[in-house]
Amino acid sequence: MSTKETGGKTRRQIYEDRLRRRSLRIAALSTALVVGAIVVLVPMAPGWEKVQKSFFNKDVFLKTFPKLLDAFLLDVAIFAWCAPLIALLGLAVALMRDVRSPALFPLRIFGALYTDIFRGVPVVLTVYLIGFGIPGLGLPRPWNSPYIWGSLALILTYSAYVAEIFRSGITSVHQSQRAAAQSLGLAERDVMQFVVLPQAIRRVVPAQMNILIALQKDVALLSFIGPVEIFRQAGVFKSLLANFTPYVGAAVIFLCVTIPATRYADYLMNKQNRERS
Amino acid sequence: MPKLSLRGVVKRFGDNTVCDGINLDVNAGEMVCLIGASGAGKSTLLRCINLLEPVEDGEIFLDGADISIPGLDPEPVRRRIGMVFQSYNLFPHMTAVENVLLAPRRNHKKSRAELMPEVTALFARFGLAEHMGKYPDQLSGGQQQRVAIVRALAMRPEVMLFDEITSALDPQLVGDVLDALRALKADGMTMILATHEMGFAREAADKVCFLKDGRVLEEGKPEEIFERAQNEDTQQFLARTLK
Repeated sequence: MSTKETGGKTRRQIYEDRLRRRSLRIAALSTALVVGAIVVLVPMAPGWEKVQKSFFNKDVFLKTFPKLLDAFLLDVAIFAWCAPLIALLGLAVALMRDVRSPALFPLRIFGALYTDIFRGVPVVLTVYLIGFGIPGLGLPRPWNSPYIWGSLALILTYSAYVAEIFRSGITSVHQSQRAAAQSLGLAERDVMQFVVLPQAIRRVVPAQMNILIALQKDVALLSFIGPVEIFRQAGVFKSLLANFTPYVGAAVIFLCVTIPATRYADYLMNKQNRERS
Repeated sequence: MPKLSLRGVVKRFGDNTVCDGINLDVNAGEMVCLIGASGAGKSTLLRCINLLEPVEDGEIFLDGADISIPGLDPEPVRRRIGMVFQSYNLFPHMTAVENVLLAPRRNHKKSRAELMPEVTALFARFGLAEHMGKYPDQLSGGQQQRVAIVRALAMRPEVMLFDEITSALDPQLVGDVLDALRALKADGMTMILATHEMGFAREAADKVCFLKDGRVLEEGKPEEIFERAQNEDTQQFLARTLK
């Protein structure tokens, strides 16, 4: 049979069209069933009305949402000053762990200890210990500010993760690139700075994006040591109005930032995978 | 005095002896071709000469000075010896011209403007004038390999090492790269090639060395090796390769 008789399509295309339509029908049906079940079953639960009133209260939501957005700006600010410092410290620690000179051996040990400790302790514990511990030394203002020490806790923790990702990027650059650079008589430092690092950093951008997204969420942990950012603000409203809706509002605001960011990181990751294959 | 002289060079990787006491003299302006099966130690020998691999035993002399002293700072030596690799090893995040400028800029602290006349001339000479601003992945294998040659030449080396530089190329691209080597020879460059291009070795080399199991089994002028090889292993190797 020629393609003319089948509307310009080959046998293969007709077969694939049929498969595609079939999977589409099945996907639509199963989605409808699941959504339908949730919509019908959840309101049948005995506590649904109470939950609806305390978590999804429209009046409370509209009243608190603008204030929550304001408070979220503080999260954004903390994020904005932490992120560049994390990148710098993370890179420094990554490089520290690769130094060869025996005089700098303590740096290597420090780098290894550093990543072990800060990756091993829950973020919230680090925030508590540093955020309460250091101001406890009785430092004068402004050095007792929870913003400083809370941010430091985030920076220390996240730098440890970022350092490990940089290191994986550095080791992923093929040995032959190093050999080519060395054969030109470049100094070790130049080999790293001009040949290895630029390639390593490009490769780990998507992975670092994911770390930044996690950081954006963990900024909320600073609420435990004082700053009235969005999570704390939602808590204040909860106590004031005896209603949990502000927490839902806060979650919505976080998602508005993290979902696009996650999608973008996935896009970068896929693009890179395509380029390498 | 030979430009480059190897005396009893030994290189081991664990229990595996890759170079087993190699002696070799290369005079200024000579082209020496190392031939032999894969694993005979040709590439490793070149890497030892460029100090990319430390030698276990033996000495390597450049202009009569021992460059294989353990603990010697390798960078000044490498700047005098250029190397080109089988898989080009261009830096993928830099354009062709940036690849070439990097080493002279960093090593000699010269500015881009100072270097550009010479670099532009080098690109033109090897038929790459219109490719200077391109990234390696926009160039064919043959073009990339010629950029790699230009990159090594930009350091104005006294000796050039070529490690099977045509082995990864499509047959129709090999010619341009071999032409580049002929041009260098005409300039009087001292060169050592590890190669499987027997036709080229025969036509262009001043000396051919046959390596097997990390030893030089036979060396001589191309016609001596290709027509009157004395060693049985050399005869067998050539019979298989030239068939």
